[in-house]
Amino acid sequence: MTDYLLTGARILGGEPSDILIADGRIASVTDVSTRSNAGDVETIDATGLIALPGLVDLHTHLREPGREDAETVETGTRAAAMGGFTAVHAMANTEPVADTAGVVEQVWRLGREAGYCDVFPVGAVTVGLAGERLAELGAMADSAARVRVFSDDGKCVSDPVLMRRALEYVKAFDGVIAQHPQEPRLTEEAQMNEGELSGRLGLRGWPAVAEEAIIARDCLLAAHVGSRLHVCHVSTAGSVEILRWARTKGWNVTAEVCPHHLLLTDELAATYDPIYKVNPPLRTQADVEAVRAGLADGTLDIVATDHAPHPHEDKDCEWQAAAFGMLGLETALSIVQHTMVDTGLIDWAGVAERMSAVPARIGRLEGHGRPIAEGEPANVVLYDAAATRTIEASEMASLSRNTPYAGMELPGRVVATFLRGKPTVLDGKLT
Amino acid sequence: MKKHLLSAADLTRDDAELILETAEELRSLADRPIKKLPALRGRTIVNLFFEDSTRTRISFEAAAKRLSADVINFSAKGSSLSKGESLKDTALTLEAMGADAVVVRHWASGAPHNLANAGWSRSSVINAGDGTHEHPTQALLDAFTMTRHLAPEKGQGLDGRRVAIVGDVLHSRVARSNALLLHTLGAEVTLVAPPTLLPYGVDSWNVQTSYDLDAVLPKTDVVMMLRVQRERMNASYFPSVREYSRRYGLDARRMATLQDHAIVMHPGPMIRGMEITADVADSERSVIVEQVTNGVAVRMAVLYLLLGGAEPAITTGDTVPEPVEGSTGPTTGDGENDA
Repeated sequence: MTDYLLTGARILGGEPSDILIADGRIASVTDVSTRSNAGDVETIDATGLIALPGLVDLHTHLREPGREDAETVETGTRAAAMGGFTAVHAMANTEPVADTAGVVEQVWRLGREAGYCDVFPVGAVTVGLAGERLAELGAMADSAARVRVFSDDGKCVSDPVLMRRALEYVKAFDGVIAQHPQEPRLTEEAQMNEGELSGRLGLRGWPAVAEEAIIARDCLLAAHVGSRLHVCHVSTAGSVEILRWARTKGWNVTAEVCPHHLLLTDELAATYDPIYKVNPPLRTQADVEAVRAGLADGTLDIVATDHAPHPHEDKDCEWQAAAFGMLGLETALSIVQHTMVDTGLIDWAGVAERMSAVPARIGRLEGHGRPIAEGEPANVVLYDAAATRTIEASEMASLSRNTPYAGMELPGRVVATFLRGKPTVLDGKLT
Repeated sequence: MKKHLLSAADLTRDDAELILETAEELRSLADRPIKKLPALRGRTIVNLFFEDSTRTRISFEAAAKRLSADVINFSAKGSSLSKGESLKDTALTLEAMGADAVVVRHWASGAPHNLANAGWSRSSVINAGDGTHEHPTQALLDAFTMTRHLAPEKGQGLDGRRVAIVGDVLHSRVARSNALLLHTLGAEVTLVAPPTLLPYGVDSWNVQTSYDLDAVLPKTDVVMMLRVQRERMNASYFPSVREYSRRYGLDARRMATLQDHAIVMHPGPMIRGMEITADVADSERSVIVEQVTNGVAVRMAVLYLLLGGAEPAITTGDTVPEPVEGSTGPTTGDGENDA
């Protein structure tokens, strides 16, 4: 295995250091002034680049098994590597649903074979995502895939009794329920954020209250039974308020925000271009500012991509007929830089917390989200924050093209990604 | 004028007035033995209907034929549940046939925008009703009808006129387009409905709203009743048909509170006994049948102006398109054709 010396890298944006990677671990981190001839290693000039721990996504749709026309574990993990990720959690809404030990082990094994990024399957909470009875959560936890995160994402566990039981049950193996907060009756056939614009555009509204009511209920339930709750894709100012309140109570609740909710607003729906159709929907500028503030002050713990690939024909149609979701893995770090770092809301250490350390902790991952320090697993991203790039849908490593950022100029570029010392991306290209 | 007519908001006041004036010229054709002009001879207009609407389709068809265009009716039924041929493939097919204009009716809000903007087709797109979004030619024919009754002098507009639009505003494309166009034309619109049937965010529209029909009627110049589907009752928008009719239906007693000159409109199809009683629909104040006649003239004007390109408007009389041989040309309007 080749050893690498990354010279002059600014760890978490700090002073330049040399990072020696050997045998899959970080062998040393030294000041550049003490540089000696390192011997038989491949040197990578990382001058001016920021070094971050490998990113961890708690919310990725890899679509395999079932929708290999949209994405496969291989193409999705290639996209992840290009985005600086070394671990992704693969959501359970595949066909068949990842609701048994067999399916989660299959996804886990496909991830190992692809080798671009570690894949940690998320198990479904209920059989077939039907919201009726619990899936065999324990069997998935005990499987080779060692599932700790359970979610019916795409659907809400709306039955309060079932949600309570799920929260209680996963305590036995330190699991967490990642809730997709969407009150189903309030959002039947919903197409976009319910606001001034939905009324004018004649598109069925998805009211903020449908998200906030479930979050409030689940925070109370989690507190009542003393369980861990994770809230997926928080999108409204009201949700941030509720979570801020839950945090003051000391309850064991974590929450994520998606890059697109940090940047884009419902105004884009006026184009009727389904590239902007996503669930939960793009909200208002006030909501964007609230989720940014929530991510900055720690009310929202992490950024998760909700990377949702769809084949072209599912987006090249009427808004109402189009699928929900947008790509996220390859642009997430740039969006976070643009909305959070360049605006002064957080620094690079804050980015590492929110995109690596904390998501790894929520997922109970060992070997990810660790600091860049001697003896730690060599999961490292080199990032050129000074670069700018124009996003081209055709250049995505993902099998799908449904990025809402096409044509936008965004800051930053992933130069290299190391997964346990092995480069998955070098010179901005997949190895 | 823009290349497409997707929303009533696409029309400036000048655009809208040009259409209404042109329609006034063209309306006189309806009273002539040969109702045909050669203006769009050799042009192809496709009526693309993804949703049944016999009334709107035949209105556009009559309008296109009176301008001598070739008309193709394309009924591509399909819903979001049973997807048939995609809108894109349909558009590519029509493009290959060389359609100059596509008149589209679709169950999905925004489908005409997709047709016009997705790069599938170069034709002019006319929105003939999309989902619960808009129906701009209906708004134009309504404004035309109002103008004929309330502002019969040439050049007189709808400024300051009060229009009450009553009923299921939430699901109504007619209400949206009317609210936009009437505001552009200077009229004051009041939307009257139970709170459940007013859209979220209606405060940001340039309209008044009211939950009380009786309070609005004595002050209004126009009352436009919207159809209310019985099925809305099952979704708890209102408790019962009887209660809806009692609070928001237009009957003879309520009609009697209108000002003498006020008119009653309905975009059709009506549900007699639900939002409007038969005696009101058939009364002298009702201009519902005239709306249909005016629809053809207004749609002729829209097709003519969108496809006429750089040609001058025909409002100055001497630029009226040449009549077909054997008929006499339209004259400038002097009110002789008032219904």
